[in-house]
Amino acid sequence: MGWPAFAAAAFSSRALHAYGLSLSAALIGATLNAVFGLLTAWVLVRYRFPGRAVLNALVDLPFALPTAVAGVSLAGLYGATGWIGGLLAPLGIKTAYNEVGVVIALTFVGLPFVVRTVEPVLRDLAHDVEEAAASLGANRLQTVARVILPALVPAWITGFALAFARAVGEYGSVIFIAGNMPYKTEIAPLLITIELEQFDYGSASAIATVMLLIAFAMLLTVNGVQAWAGRVSQ
Amino acid sequence: MSGARRGTTDDPLWARFGLIAIVTAFVGFMLVLPLVAVFAQALAKGVQGSLAALADPDALSAIRLTLVTAAIAVPVNTLIGVCAAWAIAKHDFPAKSVLISLIDLPFSVSPVVAGLAYVLVFGLQGWFGRWLDAHRIKIVFAAPGIVLATVFVTFPFVARELIPLMQAQGRDEEEAAVSLGADGLTTFLRVTAPNIRWGLLYGVLLCNARAMGEFGAVSVVSGHVRGLTDTMPLQVEILYNDYDMVGAFSVAALLCLLAVATLVLKTALERLQPQLSDPIALQKTRLRA
Repeated sequence: MGWPAFAAAAFSSRALHAYGLSLSAALIGATLNAVFGLLTAWVLVRYRFPGRAVLNALVDLPFALPTAVAGVSLAGLYGATGWIGGLLAPLGIKTAYNEVGVVIALTFVGLPFVVRTVEPVLRDLAHDVEEAAASLGANRLQTVARVILPALVPAWITGFALAFARAVGEYGSVIFIAGNMPYKTEIAPLLITIELEQFDYGSASAIATVMLLIAFAMLLTVNGVQAWAGRVSQ
Repeated sequence: MSGARRGTTDDPLWARFGLIAIVTAFVGFMLVLPLVAVFAQALAKGVQGSLAALADPDALSAIRLTLVTAAIAVPVNTLIGVCAAWAIAKHDFPAKSVLISLIDLPFSVSPVVAGLAYVLVFGLQGWFGRWLDAHRIKIVFAAPGIVLATVFVTFPFVARELIPLMQAQGRDEEEAAVSLGADGLTTFLRVTAPNIRWGLLYGVLLCNARAMGEFGAVSVVSGHVRGLTDTMPLQVEILYNDYDMVGAFSVAALLCLLAVATLVLKTALERLQPQLSDPIALQKTRLRA
């Protein structure tokens, strides 16, 4: 396959739309996980309350649960007749078979990443810097915003990038809830399988090459953040 | 004095309760509800209906293929993972960082792309396609392809769990054993292995959960021959697309039980050896090492 054929397959308008959806939905999902993941890590490390051990174990559910199971379950829940979709449908809110469904699935699969990268850093954070800030007259909000959060930033970005990278390549949990309409709710990994089903190995490989380059760029970003964090902490 | 300090380094009570409530609601909504929904749908026609769906010959063959796949992939990755971790943590050699990056590769590649790679190598139009076809060996769209794809995606779990653990434990004990005359195998079996057993079990547990649940990579290489090349997650997809909800969710519920059992065992192992942590948390340790 020459360059023109490669470009035609890898950058067709259908493929470009699929990359766009995969990237933007992954970005929204990873952002949601960055917010709630930070709160979850904070609650798990700093507070002792009944049910904490169960909460801690549950956070890893998206790692342990097969993605296809997550996919059918989410599609059932958020579909027009599901427990959640059924509640929202009368309000005119559609949560499955559109972009919202893709974001819900990608938020699910990325959930553990921010929690599990921020958690160990938060746990190892020396308590005396907080005490110093407090004894110098900072109120709790100032201590959290100016002393604790800056120390968490590298781990936070790493967790965000890992959740994002995972979401971009995700397939199983998305295809059931997405509706898979070309130019609308078709994610990039799905497009690869569609080309394969038509035995168009060239086009499938072209799209896969773009996906690999995106994954590689993400990996470099994560490593870059780690190197930067290592320099800052020294 | 402690009273004044507590006032400022502890979060106010309203923040505590507020944050715990928000996080519990988020986890309940995003994680518990989907789990409950699977069992509710599976049991829509009662326990009998669910068991009948699982007794279907296609469902049974999917369960069998999933068990066989895990029974091959997990021991293979355990063996290679232990060797790789032992080599990386206890020895120095050129291009070590390249090997570490390669071990991580399956985590950064989309499973669909991984499956495609096997189709391109072993498929009929692939590099070895002609030769394999001439010798009547079927890899892609057959069970061997499913096993290969599963081995690929589950490769990092054991190695990644053990490398930081072995590095943290250092080489002193091994060096002492060797200086007292123990050979390599004895050193490994009598010194290293007892130190890493919980970590090893932890890696095997996560590896097994992924091996039984992998969907994307397996879906690409399976070819979806009913009753022959469908694993449990693929069977869930087929039944779901057939609108057989009780069937799809019954198989899904079985996989949910596996996931819950994995989480319970994982928590138990973390209590036994507190320095164990998830593969993603270990990425940090690895990069620093």
